[in-house]
Amino acid sequence: MNGIRVSHLTKRYDDTLAVDDISFTVPLGSTVGLLGGNGAGKTTTIGMLLGLLIPTAGTIEVLGHDMGRERFPALARMNFSSPYVSLPQRLSVAENLRVYGHLYDVPQLERRIAALASELELVDLLDRPAGKLSAGQKTRVALAKALINRPELLLLDEPTASLDPDTGDWVRTWLERYREESGCTILLASHNMAEVERLCSDVLMLKRGRIVDRGSPQDLLDRYGRDDMEEVFLDIARDRRQAIPA
Amino acid sequence: MSGSSSRAAARRIWGLLYRHLALYRRSWPRLLELAYWPVLQMCIWGFTASFLATRLGNAAAIAGATLLGGVLLWEVALRSQMGVAISFMEEMWSRNLGHLFVSPTRPWELVTALLLVSIVRMLGGVLPALLVAWLLYAYNLFALGPVVVLFFMNLMMFGWAVALGVVSLILRHGAGAEALAWSVLFGLTPFSAVFYPIAVLPHVLQPIALALPSAHVFEGMRGVVLQGAVRWDQLIAAFALNAVWMAGAATLFGRQFRQARLRGALLSIGE
Repeated sequence: MNGIRVSHLTKRYDDTLAVDDISFTVPLGSTVGLLGGNGAGKTTTIGMLLGLLIPTAGTIEVLGHDMGRERFPALARMNFSSPYVSLPQRLSVAENLRVYGHLYDVPQLERRIAALASELELVDLLDRPAGKLSAGQKTRVALAKALINRPELLLLDEPTASLDPDTGDWVRTWLERYREESGCTILLASHNMAEVERLCSDVLMLKRGRIVDRGSPQDLLDRYGRDDMEEVFLDIARDRRQAIPA
Repeated sequence: MSGSSSRAAARRIWGLLYRHLALYRRSWPRLLELAYWPVLQMCIWGFTASFLATRLGNAAAIAGATLLGGVLLWEVALRSQMGVAISFMEEMWSRNLGHLFVSPTRPWELVTALLLVSIVRMLGGVLPALLVAWLLYAYNLFALGPVVVLFFMNLMMFGWAVALGVVSLILRHGAGAEALAWSVLFGLTPFSAVFYPIAVLPHVLQPIALALPSAHVFEGMRGVVLQGAVRWDQLIAAFALNAVWMAGAATLFGRQFRQARLRGALLSIGE
């Protein structure tokens, strides 16, 4: 079984084709990167994977559940983190985690919160209002929220955006360790190419709503004859050069 | 629904309710705001009624009783409506809706939680006003009898139906529609016959009043105050109309929620 199986997924808003007939799979336990410039269709694709958006055509299967017909059982087994969606700012960190623990029906919730606080170095922040945290602390709290239900599938939208290099590295190291320990499947949307190279076993390159290339970071580097993923990204985004046929 | 899924649903509803209770626990200005307007209304109209009663005698005292009853009961509808709409907007303002809608929370669970929050908010506003009425003017709304509970129920249901309509408009039009949360029910006050009988309205406006559950509640209240009799016909009409209003509002909410998922509005609502 795949973590995600997407078939001929399309999303059209009036005259705009935001996602154009894409198909891909994310094997269980893998980390796949979803890359593309602004307007490439990443957010729309993630929105459809999360059930926030109804596709115009195509099917999505998440952890064996058809998202068109049974999205709630799938949502209970997955979670999501994005710097563009906040937690209530006036609630304390512990209260926020308690709210989401109830929403995800987490057993032994207080013990789970304590464990996450310890792992993500949040113990001293539990009683602080979420709105009074630094960007790095907010990212750790958002991760704690995303992991509260021990998700089998984690969707991460730019998890290290706006973080300093040290904090960003701490988050990436933590994600690597968590993935190894839990076997969690991760779909990662990011503009940070070093992050993608480090974390992802496979990459999907999106442009104008279509998947224009895919493969492991090393495959893509070889195909485009480049030294890093940033150059590959720019090649694709600017139509600078074509992949060298294998 | 199986036992475990019912328990999980109840827990999700509690989680959403807890979110709002925690917010009020942390913010005394919010608590003060709940009671401020109802108490202020009660002070203004209570002193007005007292003044008229001392100058004009018994007839004015009875008019004052209907006035105070109207003020207090209309606050039940207003606070119930605002309780739902503002609690929904709290999620929008805190940019938390995205997290809520990607959790396993069903829309009906969210709506149930909003209704429960609105009961808490309504009691937080109306109970202090009732206390003020009793302390300052020796006016006891519950002296009308147990039927007051039925008046409360009807006005809460009406407030909820209007609030679901407002939330639907926010889903459709985004933050641009949020002013309706404060204003829409005030616009229905003249037709709700809060302080005067429906018969006072011009003939062309009376069908509008008759279509509002609130107008039947206030006709019923005046029946108890002026004739000492419970107008069951008015109460039945209010409950029946509320059933229609609630069904219409739930259908509208369901349709707009689906439309929001089609248009991608859940990704950007409040921005």
